[in-house]
Amino acid sequence: MSQMDGDLVRQDAVTLAAAMAAGEVSSEEVTRAHLDRIAAVDERVHAFLHVLTDEALESARAVDRKRASGAPMGPLAGVPLALKDVLTMTGVPTTCGSRVLEGWRPPYDSTVVERLRGSDIVILGKTNMDEFAMGSSTEHSAYGPTRNPWDLERIPGGSGGGSSAALAAFEAPLAIGTDTGGSIRQPAAVTGTVGVKPTYGGVSRYGLVALASSLDQPGPCARTVLDAALLHEVIAGHDPRDTTSIQAPVPDVVAAARQADVRGMRIGLVKELGGDGYQSGVSQRFAESVEILTGLGAEVVEVSCPNFEYALAAYYLILPSEASSNLARFDGMRFGLREGDDGSRSVEEVMALTREAGFGPEVKRRIMLGTYALSSGYYDAYYGSAQKVRTLITRDFAAAFEQVDVLISPTAPTTAFRIGEKVDDPISMYLNDIATIPVNLAGNAAMSLPAGLAPEDGLPVGLQIMAPPMKDDRLYLVGGALEAALADRWGHLLIEEAPQL
Amino acid sequence: MTSITREEVEHLARLARLQLSEDEVAHYADQLDVILQSVARVSEVAGEDIPPTSHPIPVVNVFRDDVARPGLDRDAVQAGAPAWQDDRFRVPRILDEE
Repeated sequence: MSQMDGDLVRQDAVTLAAAMAAGEVSSEEVTRAHLDRIAAVDERVHAFLHVLTDEALESARAVDRKRASGAPMGPLAGVPLALKDVLTMTGVPTTCGSRVLEGWRPPYDSTVVERLRGSDIVILGKTNMDEFAMGSSTEHSAYGPTRNPWDLERIPGGSGGGSSAALAAFEAPLAIGTDTGGSIRQPAAVTGTVGVKPTYGGVSRYGLVALASSLDQPGPCARTVLDAALLHEVIAGHDPRDTTSIQAPVPDVVAAARQADVRGMRIGLVKELGGDGYQSGVSQRFAESVEILTGLGAEVVEVSCPNFEYALAAYYLILPSEASSNLARFDGMRFGLREGDDGSRSVEEVMALTREAGFGPEVKRRIMLGTYALSSGYYDAYYGSAQKVRTLITRDFAAAFEQVDVLISPTAPTTAFRIGEKVDDPISMYLNDIATIPVNLAGNAAMSLPAGLAPEDGLPVGLQIMAPPMKDDRLYLVGGALEAALADRWGHLLIEEAPQL
Repeated sequence: MTSITREEVEHLARLARLQLSEDEVAHYADQLDVILQSVARVSEVAGEDIPPTSHPIPVVNVFRDDVARPGLDRDAVQAGAPAWQDDRFRVPRILDEE
């Protein structure tokens, strides 16, 4: 173990994997160190809803035995990971942050979990999230909020706040998130970590409890760009069990992360994603990153995407419409909560009581919003128009990518806000996703990575990179280059400045 | 695009099978109104000539060979069921009394 002794949890996945491959440390030791860290800090952070202590140690020992047998091992073998509680794992509670699924143990693995297991990654537990991934703060979890390790009074982003907090609290070097409107990228931004939403169809949705099926996409979360690339490669690729899974080779994200070079690239600044409404420290750190990218040899130009200003409105019609339909399955009949079944009530009454008791306020809001948008008389004006806006946004992206290789913007308009500040103010909560939503509507790929700390509050700022569909590798080319240049300037990665807790 | 009334919220809640309390109806009526007013602007740019997009990638029918595959394990499914009787899901009565 030598120089890594006692410090295992602060290492990135690549370093841990190399140490395990060299026989300097076992997966059991690495896993135990992370479980100990969880035991020490998670009471305060609350990143996890369920910790798989015995199962993780057992998996780690199995990986160690496999390695000892001389079997070929993948690049992340033995590395621990935190799994968002929206993906099924056989026999392990999957709540989606909701009372309606409390205690439910799925009888099957999601494809993401199957691939993690196939790569000998050790799953530490299930992470907290806004209920059914509806939210930007993880305050809408039925099991209480997760706290931001940078400031425990603040939100860790959402919906994947458990996964982002687990990374920033050094409880896991890798995590899985899902991104419907920014649920991987905005949590990454406010916790000083890296998160990637792959191209829609790039990672299988089989076993992902659906929020909005045309927007949802699982993706990798990590503390470095290269770690995210390695995890991306593990989980991506065609899956016959997801009809929207893309039948094409996975872009070579790992090679791109290693190449980390922007020389000769054309980078577009999205005019509509900046300026007023963005916190000053966010704009400042973003501008500095733009300068760095220029210095590294990229050509940076301003690009206009005029219909992006309608993206938020379109999203909050399309998402609730799809969600109200997807969440109809939670009817208390086949799995999960059933309320008020006293032998006299009808199935409809029991359903209504079950859903009333099982869903939290944001879920109810969005179900009713979607029910309204889809109802006859309103369908054309609301849902129909939103689908047209979706076309316009896709066209804006296509036109922009004729001029540039990637687009960049701040990931979120502000740094982490205080817990409770926006929880019953849906519109101001929805504005957190203003820069991340266009990508989900168009289905292309995007990454958030740290751009520094805002001077006014000392909290992390995220920079978003957007690439055309199936050009996910470009995210890693740019992200890797910017990460290295910033680390060079600071003398370390931003995450090193996170509080020790 | 008129404002949303409490009666409409109650109607939506019925359609969505949500047994809302009185307080919730009042609260959601206000909030849904604000949200709907802010999302209604999608119609400003949704011209007749613009085709709708339902999905970010072209959706095509996907076929597989018709080969039997094992389904879910029945015991595991039963373990997750809220009520179970005679090897089946037990559900409340499905017909109204009148």
